[in-house]
Amino acid sequence: MIIEFVIPALLTIITASTPLVFAAIGEIVVEKSGVLNLGVEGMMIVGAVGAFAVTVKTGDPYIGVIAGAFSGLLLSFIFGFLTLYLYSNQVATGLALTIFGVGFSALLGHEFVGQTINSLPKLNPSFLSDIPGLGPLVFAQDFMVYLSVLMTILVTWFLMRSRWGLVLRAVGENHDAAHSIGFSVTLIRLLAVLFGGAMAGLGGAYLSLAHTPLWVENMSAGRGWIALALVVFASWRPWRAFFGAYLFGGITIIQLYAQGFGVDVPSQILSMLPYLVTIIVLVMISRDDFRIRISAPACLGKSFHPYG
Amino acid sequence: MVLTPRLELIGITKRYPGVQANNNISLKVMPGEIHALLGENGAGKSTLVKCIYGVQKADSGTLIWEGKKTQVTSPNIARRLGIGMVFQHFSLFDAMTVEENIVLGVSNKLAKAGIKEKITEISSRYGLPLDPQRYVQTLSVGERQRIEVVRCLLQNPSLLIMDEPTSVLTPQETESLFKTLNQLSKDGVSILYISHKLHEIKELCHTATILRMGNLVDTCNPKNETPRSLAEKMMGKSLEKPTRIKNSPFGKPQILLNNLSYKANQSYGTDLKNISLEVRGGEILGIAGVAGNGQRELMKVLSGEELSNPPESIVVSEKNVGNTGPNDRRSLGMVFVPEERLGHGAVPQMGLSENAFLSGFTRMKLANYGFLRKIETDIYASNIITNYDVKTSGIRSLAASLSGGNLQKFIFGREIIQNPNIVIAMQPTWGVDAGSAAYIRQSLIDLAEQGAAVLVISQDLEELYEIVDTICVIYEGKLSSPKQLEDISTEEVGMLMGGVIINSQEDNPLNGI
Repeated sequence: MIIEFVIPALLTIITASTPLVFAAIGEIVVEKSGVLNLGVEGMMIVGAVGAFAVTVKTGDPYIGVIAGAFSGLLLSFIFGFLTLYLYSNQVATGLALTIFGVGFSALLGHEFVGQTINSLPKLNPSFLSDIPGLGPLVFAQDFMVYLSVLMTILVTWFLMRSRWGLVLRAVGENHDAAHSIGFSVTLIRLLAVLFGGAMAGLGGAYLSLAHTPLWVENMSAGRGWIALALVVFASWRPWRAFFGAYLFGGITIIQLYAQGFGVDVPSQILSMLPYLVTIIVLVMISRDDFRIRISAPACLGKSFHPYG
Repeated sequence: MVLTPRLELIGITKRYPGVQANNNISLKVMPGEIHALLGENGAGKSTLVKCIYGVQKADSGTLIWEGKKTQVTSPNIARRLGIGMVFQHFSLFDAMTVEENIVLGVSNKLAKAGIKEKITEISSRYGLPLDPQRYVQTLSVGERQRIEVVRCLLQNPSLLIMDEPTSVLTPQETESLFKTLNQLSKDGVSILYISHKLHEIKELCHTATILRMGNLVDTCNPKNETPRSLAEKMMGKSLEKPTRIKNSPFGKPQILLNNLSYKANQSYGTDLKNISLEVRGGEILGIAGVAGNGQRELMKVLSGEELSNPPESIVVSEKNVGNTGPNDRRSLGMVFVPEERLGHGAVPQMGLSENAFLSGFTRMKLANYGFLRKIETDIYASNIITNYDVKTSGIRSLAASLSGGNLQKFIFGREIIQNPNIVIAMQPTWGVDAGSAAYIRQSLIDLAEQGAAVLVISQDLEELYEIVDTICVIYEGKLSSPKQLEDISTEEVGMLMGGVIINSQEDNPLNGI
């Protein structure tokens, strides 16, 4: 009986958490390079509509995934160009990007409301997924769930073990020093922003192709903001962000099941939780001067003017 | 046969908005030559080397590298040519380890092939001890400079640019660095050397190019000059050496430290252990020591940035102030000149007037029931600028826009005008040109002669010998007993600084007071 209940719950937790993983991992790379892009929500929703529209037109959700990543990337390019080449304020531009993205996606998605698509297929290697309990949970997910794990591993390796990851962190830590050593601060940041955009787009694509294979206006419903909060919650570490995403994703799902069991926790409290927890974590890591300086990129949100 | 110069500059010109940083500068550096670049702060030395290294782009002029006309548009290109640079303002990443910082500054190939061993080798060969795993933010200024030097030497450059490399090194460290530089020069490496220490230039350099206000004023052989004549060429006027007329005996103690102990709350900080000390009115007491031996912690505790227990561990004007903050101490007549000018001594992105207010409002009564007294503040700031010869476009200029020497003069002026009884200064002339340094030292002496107690924490022994009456050495958080300057030899101070002999107060408290 427990198995019957727990397995489906865990399955929905995975679907609820995967978009958060993509968006948060992408934003970690962006922030580690010293750029604060508050437009995650906007990039996600544009990724969602892009992925959905292309899937409707082509009938192939895999092409839809690529389209979602590309839509997020295009939107982040606008942000990157404005903040890195025209030196506009990152906070204001990021907020504008979210507002723009939400409106723009509604415009684009107008004709797709109510349409249906083939959702992203679950991989189903029958000999493995037949294992009771564990099988469907671990081996019968769609490919993006595995991709989200893979990206977490890759980004961890990139940031902590590779030379270019070190360079990226250096740019976020002290852009003047990085410039004088000879790294192209603006280009590195632009690449990071584009990566973050593509990842947020993937997160959005997952929403409209797998989580709920439909297009609904404003369907990202604040997940971009949760992803942003996750980055701080995770103190800019990919694995912590991964588990944080599952924690936050889990909270939303457990809330539904709890109501099913008649445990009446007001949903408002549960939707507050991610932000409350983030604030508590932020307070905790900020208490230690050394730790906050080691984890938070020192140049976060500051514009860089070469030759100036 | 005529040798090709390693580097030749023809007519380099660079303008910043409102400043002519370099005007038509030409110079030649031969292979193996140690070439000094001299000038006061703001004379354009740093700009010139930045143009050579590709950090800045010259507006016009030609750079010829080993006989070929070359465009150095980025530091990467400079490094590929074989130009290495040690910056005056460190290009370091605080939140990263020493090793990561070094890896970032060297080529990919070098970074892969056993970088740790190379770091250890270079740092032991040149007497630059470094722990590769430490985070930079836990290091002192002197230790940070070592990273820069090691990073540069790892690349086997054929032209090495050094922007004030010795300003924070001990005499012994400087000596071993000079050995290295001379060896490099014999191997054919050219060195472009910027320093304010003119006797070093005389000892080390083969040629000196002198800049004043962006113009080239002279090229000479420093061996045929005296430090004084070099300084006068730089300034374009004669130099006055600080003079000390000690005619009256010292007054009563103004500040007392009683068995002051302090546990550093930063990892890798140095704990202070049982420091006892007194500085009398009219006395200048110097604390020498190698960077990272507790100077930073001592300064924090003295200024009230960190509190110390018990309260009676610091006594000012018969009041126990160990547990009071900086403003309470200021109101008792203490003033502070911290080591870091930008960020500690002044807020970089605020105007001079606002910066004057921030430290002066208690004693100069610049606030009125919480309201700014704007006119008085502006008068105070303009007084500092005129009385202390600060070169700036006015009281609204940002602190960050002033050169190091000028900002330091401003900070000193700001503190001195408050008419203090106790002055605590740390590294007062670090990175400051000869003229401004002499001026600052003279004002410290004048203050003492007017009866103030002056405490100077410095790594520059020459400076201490020029101005102090009493000297002690801090080593691993312990202070040696104060000695009259006449009673202690330079060698002994050097040995105390290196920990070769220990003369700590734990064994004989209050000895010599």
